[in-house]
Amino acid sequence: MLSRIMIPLIVVVLLVGNFSVFRVYQWEQAIVFKFREIEHSATEPGLHFMIPWVNTVQKFESRLLNFDQAPQRFLTSEKKDVIVDYYVKWRISNVENFYTATRGGDIEYANGLLGQRINRALRDEFGLRTVQEVVAGTRGEVLDIVQSTTDMVQSELGIEVVDVRTKRIDLPEEVSTSVYDRMRAERTRVAKDFRARGGEAAERIKANSDREREVILANAFKDAETIRGEGDAQATEIYASAYGKNSEFFSFYRSLNAYQNSFQGNNDILLLQPDSDFFKYFRGQQGK
Amino acid sequence: MGWNEPSGEDKDKDKDPWGKGPGGDNEGPPDLDEIVKKMQDGFGGLFGRKPSPVRPGGNKSSPLVLLLILVVLAAGLVYNITYTIDEQERGLVLRFGQYNKIMQPGLNFAMPSFVDNVVRVNVGQVRSFQHNASMLTQDENIVEVEVAVQWRIVEPSDYLFNVVQPDLTLRQVAEGAVRSVIGKSTLDFVLVEGRSDVAQNIESLLQQILTDYIAGILIVKVDMQIAKPPEPVKAAFDDAIKAREDEQRLVNEAEAYSNEIIPQARGQGARIREQSNGYKARVIAEAEGNAARFEQILAEYERAPAVTRDRLYLDTMERVLSNTNKVMIDSQGSNSLIYLPIDKLMENSRTGRSVIENSSSPNTAPSSGQTSQGLYDRADRRDRGVR
Repeated sequence: MLSRIMIPLIVVVLLVGNFSVFRVYQWEQAIVFKFREIEHSATEPGLHFMIPWVNTVQKFESRLLNFDQAPQRFLTSEKKDVIVDYYVKWRISNVENFYTATRGGDIEYANGLLGQRINRALRDEFGLRTVQEVVAGTRGEVLDIVQSTTDMVQSELGIEVVDVRTKRIDLPEEVSTSVYDRMRAERTRVAKDFRARGGEAAERIKANSDREREVILANAFKDAETIRGEGDAQATEIYASAYGKNSEFFSFYRSLNAYQNSFQGNNDILLLQPDSDFFKYFRGQQGK
Repeated sequence: MGWNEPSGEDKDKDKDPWGKGPGGDNEGPPDLDEIVKKMQDGFGGLFGRKPSPVRPGGNKSSPLVLLLILVVLAAGLVYNITYTIDEQERGLVLRFGQYNKIMQPGLNFAMPSFVDNVVRVNVGQVRSFQHNASMLTQDENIVEVEVAVQWRIVEPSDYLFNVVQPDLTLRQVAEGAVRSVIGKSTLDFVLVEGRSDVAQNIESLLQQILTDYIAGILIVKVDMQIAKPPEPVKAAFDDAIKAREDEQRLVNEAEAYSNEIIPQARGQGARIREQSNGYKARVIAEAEGNAARFEQILAEYERAPAVTRDRLYLDTMERVLSNTNKVMIDSQGSNSLIYLPIDKLMENSRTGRSVIENSSSPNTAPSSGQTSQGLYDRADRRDRGVR
C-alpha cells in the first residue's frame, strides 16, 4: 500500500525537483528570466532554485574570454603600413548588459563589436606613432592606448577588457624587401669596417716591424763600419810604422807592386816609347 | 538501473531527492547513512512489488535477489565515490558545480557523481611548446627567433576556472611577450650579447602577464633556441662574421710577417757585424803581412841599395811587359799621324800575340823585317778572316 503511493510520489518529486533547481558551475554565471524578463542574475556558482515554466535560465562564461581576429593593417604616422595581429582578453562583467547588447549573449557577435571598436581605437593611435614607437612600445603598451575605448565598452556592452596585446607587428611583404636591403647594406658596412680595421692593424704591425728591421740593420751597419774603421786605422798604423822606416824605398817598392798588379790581364795594351829606363839598352849596348 | 547513477554529464538539472537546499551546505560523510537508508527504502519499495506480476510465487527468492542487487548497488556507489589521485595529479571537487575542495594524491572520497564532479588536473607534468616567428626589432630590422617555453600548472583551480582555453592563451601570451621583448631590443643585442637577457626578459614578462590573468600557470623556463637573421640577408650576416675573422686573420698575418722579418734582420745584422769583424781582422793581418814583407826586403835593400833597386825594377817591368800587349812607338821627332786599330789589337790580344810596331819611320816599315813581322801576321790573318 505504501509503495503504491510512494512510487508516483517519488517520481513526481524527482521530476519537479529536477526542473526547479539548476547548477551554476564554477566557470559560469547565469541569468534567471521570468517570462523572458530578467529577474535576477545568479553569479555565484552552486545550486540554485527556480520555478519551472515560469523561470528560464541562460548561462554565460565567467572566465577570461579570448578574442583573436585576423591581422589588421594600420597606418603609422610616417605613412607606413604595419600588419598587426593582436588578441584581446575580456570577460563578461555585467551579464544583464551583455545579454541585451549582444543579441542574447552571442559571444561571436560580442567579438565582432569588440573588434570594431578596438580596431578603430588602434587605428587612431597607430596614426600618431612611428613604427619604432609602436614596435618598442615606447609610448605605452597597446592596452593603455585603448583604455578609453575599453571603459566605454564596459558600460555599453557589459564587457570588461582585461588586456589587449600585440602578437605580431610586421611590415608588409613589399616593405620587408627594402628592410632586407637595408640590413644587407648595414652588414656590408660592418664587414667593410672590420676588414678595413684589420688592414689598418696589419699595416701598422708591418710598418712597425719594418721600422724595427731598418733600425736593426742600421745599427748593425753602424757597428760594422766602426769595426772596419778600427781595422783600417790599425792597418794604417802598421803600414805607417813599417813604411816610415824608409819612405823613399817604400814608394819605389810600392810603385813596382802597383805596376805589376795593374797590368795583370791580357786585355791591356801598352803603347811604349823606348826611352824609359827599362829600354836603356834597347837601342845600343852602351845605353843611351 | 538505479536512479542514483545518472551520468555525470547531466550537469544542468540534477535531482535533489532529499529536498535539501543548495549543495553548498552539504559537508560530506554525515549524510552517507541517510542516503543508504533512503536507497534501501526506495529499492525495497520498487522491487518488493515489481516481481509479483511477472513471476508469481517468486516471493521466496526475492530477499536473495534483493540482497544481491543491494550489494551490486553498494559496490557501484563505493566505486562512484572513491577516487585515486595520482602523485602528479590533483582532483578538483565541484559540488553542484561550485568549487569545493582539492583532492591530494592518494585515496579520496567525494559525494556521488550527481552531487560532486571531480576534474583531474595534471600539475606535476612540465609541458613545453616552441614558438618561432620573424619579427621587428627596435631598430626596425627583422630577426627570426625561436623560443621554447616550459610550464606547468601550479594552481589547478585558477587554471580551470579563470581562463578559457588556457593553453591557447599561454601561446598567445608567449607570442606577445616574445614580440614585445624583441621589439624593445636592437638586432645586435638579440643576436649576440643579449641572448640570455632576452630569454630572461621574456620569461618574466610572460609570467607577469599570466599572473595578471590568474591563469594558474608557472613558467618553468624560457629558452631562446635560435635567434638569427632572416634567410634573405643571411649571406650578408655571414659575411660580416667572416669579416670579423678576416680582421683577426689580417692581424695574425701581419704578426707572422713581423715575427719573420725581425729575427731575419737580427740575423742579417749579426752577419754584417761578423763580416766587419772579419774585414778588420783581414785588414790588420794583411797590413801586418805587408809590413813584415816590406821590412824584410828593406833590410836586404839597405845592404845593397843600387843593385836591389835595379833588380827589383827590372824584375817587375819584365813581369808587367811579358803579360801585356805592347805597341812600341818610337815616334821621336815624327809628327805624322799613326793609325792604331785599337779594337783589332784588343781582338788580337785574345790570341795572346803581341804586336810590335816600330813606326818611327812609316815609310821604311816594310823593310824592317824584324819589327814588321807582327804586322804581316796581322795582315795575313785579316785575309783569312777572323777566326
